[in-house]
Amino acid sequence: MPNLSYLKALNRAIGDEMERDPAVCVLGEDIGVAVTYATAGLLRRFGRDRVLDTPISEQAFTSFATGAAMAGMRPLIEFQIPALLFLVFEQIANQAHKFSLMTGGQTRVPVTYLLPGSGSRDSWAGQHSDHPYSLFAHVGVKTVVPATASDAYGLLVTAIRDDDPVVVFAPSGALASRENIDFDALAPVPLGSGRVHRSGTDVTVVAVGHLVHDALAVADDLAGSVSVEVFDPRSLYPFDWQGLAASLERTGRLVVVDDSNRTCGIGAEIVATAAEEMRLTAPPRRVTRPDGAVLPFARELDLACQPTRGQLRAAVEKAVGV
Amino acid sequence: MTAADLYRTVALIRGFEQRAVELVRTGVISGGIHPCTGQEAVAAGTCAALRPDDVITSTHRGHGHVLAKGADPARMMAELAGRTTGLNQARGGSMHAADFGAGVLGANAIVGAAVPIATGAAWAMRQQGSDRVALAYFGDGAVSQGVVLETFNLAALWRVPVVLVCENNGFATSMRPADTMAGSVLGRAAAFGIPASAVDGMDPQAVLDATAEAADRARSGGGPTLLECVTFRFDAHHTWEHTARPRYRTDDEVAAGRARDPLEIQGARIPAATRAAIDAETAALLDEAVRFALDSPHPDPAGALDHLYATGMRPRAGAL
Ligand SMILES: Cc1ncc(C[n+]2csc(CCOP(=O)(O)OP(=O)(O)O)c2C)c(N)n1
Repeated sequence: MPNLSYLKALNRAIGDEMERDPAVCVLGEDIGVAVTYATAGLLRRFGRDRVLDTPISEQAFTSFATGAAMAGMRPLIEFQIPALLFLVFEQIANQAHKFSLMTGGQTRVPVTYLLPGSGSRDSWAGQHSDHPYSLFAHVGVKTVVPATASDAYGLLVTAIRDDDPVVVFAPSGALASRENIDFDALAPVPLGSGRVHRSGTDVTVVAVGHLVHDALAVADDLAGSVSVEVFDPRSLYPFDWQGLAASLERTGRLVVVDDSNRTCGIGAEIVATAAEEMRLTAPPRRVTRPDGAVLPFARELDLACQPTRGQLRAAVEKAVGV
Repeated sequence: MTAADLYRTVALIRGFEQRAVELVRTGVISGGIHPCTGQEAVAAGTCAALRPDDVITSTHRGHGHVLAKGADPARMMAELAGRTTGLNQARGGSMHAADFGAGVLGANAIVGAAVPIATGAAWAMRQQGSDRVALAYFGDGAVSQGVVLETFNLAALWRVPVVLVCENNGFATSMRPADTMAGSVLGRAAAFGIPASAVDGMDPQAVLDATAEAADRARSGGGPTLLECVTFRFDAHHTWEHTARPRYRTDDEVAAGRARDPLEIQGARIPAATRAAIDAETAALLDEAVRFALDSPHPDPAGALDHLYATGMRPRAGAL
């Protein structure tokens, strides 16, 4: 079976959708030569009319895509750096996202924002290491964070086909992951559908993005003593609350591991919702970046801000009381 | 477009704004409005040069643009009054009025924000093989916004069929261009190689002529044009101003601005009898628009977040 890389899956998803739907077009900086690989080969296949190398002007081309979407296109924008989302927060959160409601349903804005390489890339320092998915979930923009190659394919396809704006965070920590999967088995993954990567009975670990792989490793480590269920929400907004509730019915204990800042991070929302609405037999726990973290440069400082397997293991043990 | 038709549009906008201001005063319209009284020539002249299938994006001061592009005045008034029959089903109000059927992709409350949206729409229409054009309105204040200048670059670079209309009414709220703008509006266009000209924004016919040329250039593949329509806002920046009464211009200045009234300039070009007939027609139409708005139902609060997602996805409630 082919060994599909996460990046190849993103690339394939874009290519397949451009093939399927002539309204899909791609905009971004250096996408012609595909510096991130996600757009590799697309310029040759689809030409300059549908693969647009843009000037370095994120604010203009982000709302340009909004206008193009209103006129019938389905643009995908690639951003090279997750912090660029801060530049275009107005264009996404305050423009694209609000048009459906503000116009009383007269229009739709099917734009996909793709971030290949979000989160820390080890020592890319303060302005290149953000993972701002919680901000988008907070304002209600559809937000997905795939952990595996097949989910990267399936969620990106769904994002492109969705009639609303969708931000797709592809964590740098997951880009190198591979999966043995038949290309024919690749399929769209609905938003709001979580995935249980490993079932267990003692504790549910909700892991976001690349941290799914860490959670699985910790679950393996603890296999003799603690039975860990690993739940990957896959999309953070909408969130699969039913799937989480079902998991907590089985385990009654919750640990969230999430690579965003602690205050007002998605982890806080998961814990709060579980506490309000779901079965919990022990206090829930969170493993996150520190409050208000800005990732420092030196590798050991950078890593010190990110959730670690050690922290997760300790949180799991605390939750189950061992 | 005949002289009488141009006059009719100016008169419609003038009458609409007068009635809207009254409805703000009596509390029917909440939140207030940014009246465009005095600037009608820009809306009337530009839209007269467009086809029904062309599109526009507008500003916080957008009533004139939306009406001139062909939105129904009654549904527009109902939108301002927050009624379900409004253009946006009461979800947008004055600053977001949109009528996609008439080619109005929305007024926008963030200064300059709609300029890239019109430009993207224009690009998409060309991609789809049509010769439709888009027109973006923005104020003199907006030309200091980075996103607007970034968009000038994109529009010129890709020869996008967009007409860029700067409504220079001499003030950004209280601030004069001379105090806030280095260089000039036309200089900004020149920097990007965009053909640009200043237009008498009090004269509907002059605006029409300039826009027709710009729209032709866009349609025939010549790319963007910038028109700086020099105009004057007769009234407050926003109806709130009548309570706060900030002083930023003199009575003489206002009197001089008002002396070049587009209603009179265009009115003088048609026979008195024609003008009187249009005035009567317009008054009746607007009385009916107000009646329609007042008779229309208020929305059901239970639907406050209807349309939040085009896919119909429902958000969770804020309280359990
Ligand atoms: C980006 C942004 N900054 C500030 C405001 C607040 N504001 C609303 S209208 C306005 C003045 C705009 O001036 P101009 O563009 O000349 O348009 P005019 O009001 O004269 O029609 C300001 C500052 C805003 N809406 N958006």
